[in-house]
Amino acid sequence: MKELNPVLLKELRQRFRTYRSPLVVLLYLLVLGGFSLGYIYLRWRSAPAFFQPGSSKEIFTVLSMAQLGLLAFVVPGLTAGVISGERERQTLNVLLTTELTPLGIVVSKMISSCSFTALLLFATLPLYSLVFMFGGLAPLQILGVLGFFLVSMLLYAAIGVSCSTYFKRTGISTITSYGIVFFLVAGTAFLSGFIYTLYQQQAQSAMIKLQETPLIVQLLQDTNPVMVVLRILGENATFGPGREMWLPYWGTYTVTCVVISVVLILWSGWKLNPMNHNRKLFR
Amino acid sequence: MNAVEIKQLTKIYGSSYALRDFTLTIEAGRVYGLIGPNGAGKTTAMSILATLLAPDGGTAVVGGHDVIKEAAAVRRLIGYMPDFFGVYDGLKATEYLDFYAAAYRIPISKRPQLCQDLLELVNLSDKADSYVDLLSRGMKQRLAMARCLVHDPAVLILDEPASGLDPRARAEMKEVIRQLRRMNKTILISSHILPELAEMCDNIAILEQGRLVANGTVEEVTAARQGVRVLKVDVAEKLPELLEYVRHKTGVVNLDGDAGWARISFAGNKTEQGQLLREIMDQGFSVLEFAEVKGNLEDAFMAVTGEVEV
Repeated sequence: MKELNPVLLKELRQRFRTYRSPLVVLLYLLVLGGFSLGYIYLRWRSAPAFFQPGSSKEIFTVLSMAQLGLLAFVVPGLTAGVISGERERQTLNVLLTTELTPLGIVVSKMISSCSFTALLLFATLPLYSLVFMFGGLAPLQILGVLGFFLVSMLLYAAIGVSCSTYFKRTGISTITSYGIVFFLVAGTAFLSGFIYTLYQQQAQSAMIKLQETPLIVQLLQDTNPVMVVLRILGENATFGPGREMWLPYWGTYTVTCVVISVVLILWSGWKLNPMNHNRKLFR
Repeated sequence: MNAVEIKQLTKIYGSSYALRDFTLTIEAGRVYGLIGPNGAGKTTAMSILATLLAPDGGTAVVGGHDVIKEAAAVRRLIGYMPDFFGVYDGLKATEYLDFYAAAYRIPISKRPQLCQDLLELVNLSDKADSYVDLLSRGMKQRLAMARCLVHDPAVLILDEPASGLDPRARAEMKEVIRQLRRMNKTILISSHILPELAEMCDNIAILEQGRLVANGTVEEVTAARQGVRVLKVDVAEKLPELLEYVRHKTGVVNLDGDAGWARISFAGNKTEQGQLLREIMDQGFSVLEFAEVKGNLEDAFMAVTGEVEV
């Protein structure tokens, strides 16, 4: 049987040996569970004496949004120190003189962080089942949401790892990772709305009606995680009348996340190679 | 056969040279000491050999492999111990060694015995199940030495392996290096503790401002002071004034002082030496002792590192 990558094995051993990991899982479940049950409680208070199963879709949406928020918060925090932390602990140089390749080190670190995040995701499945048992959602939608979370997690982890490779200090790496993820979650939605409004005003002043959503707006809203997850859940979270694209919105989102992640991981591997330190990537 | 061949190695940081045309050849099985003051370029040279830094000029070849073009092959051949290093929290000593053994692709079946043997070699068998972050500094240094050996490298690059250790830990580290010498490893070792290097090394290279200023066996280097004799001058008082007075005298290549005495590296014959004593006394210094001290590595180091012009 092939042995696990040594860095991955060590990371998993270190991660799950301390009390911190179960504590993080516990806190994650407490926050998400508290959020969902709190929402159910509020719904029940507004319609006392009974709970409306029909509102389960609404709860599922709220739960998914909370999950997305937590992922955007947890994943950069877990990954933004994986390489810079090695550098700060003064263990990176020794690691780089072994037979492990820089890319192998980056990928192992990333898999380790993602596996922990995946554990967080799967640990919340009982919460989803709480909602799912009331009906209101197709199994495909639930699978779609799960896939969406996994793809988003990959992108956020790649952003964290590449910042950690580029910046020497974990503090700066963490802040930058959060900044980029915040832009992806909120910034792209804001830009999408802003640009669409500009187009709309221009169209109104020219006394015409927009026949289709401008390409840039469509791209921005197809890559905004909040708008994408809402659309997976059947909400109409778009600006404009829509536009024919090469891929469905979830395809655009998946391809964008995967391509950016792969590029960031390859770049991190290149950047981590000490022999590339005094070579410029572009000249 | 040469284990390490360095030719005109140059490394520039900004506008200053960390290494300038550094050339050195190390025969297989030799223990080579690299000496130099802080900032002389020792760590830079070792980092280049360890494939952690790309040079700006020149070549470095380890075991017949170029450090830039065949970095992976070089990594298989070397065991590198940096001057500062950390250990992983939450790993036991055996797990720590096992991790590096796996990183060097040692088969899983061979690792338990290998870890046990290495811990025995560095006298840490009783700490096999201790967490590495809880070990003392001396133990961590020895464990790091064991880590260097997991893949049985032919060449060891040890950057200040005994720095910051108490005398007992230093003695233990020295013993480990002696054992490695008996195992016929090629060792490049840097240290500030010069007498210890003289004891351990076959050859010595002295670096100053990135340049090689002396190279050879310990005897050759100490003898190669070429007329530079080290004079110990005891004065009853006014040592700072004496140092200031002597500093600009002809033939003085280096000097330092401690409580009540000055050590002068003087390039001159016996007559000129007598003339220097007369001039010192004429200035009113009360000289209690004026004697040539027996040359050792430290004196050679002090003498040669004073000769480099910026």
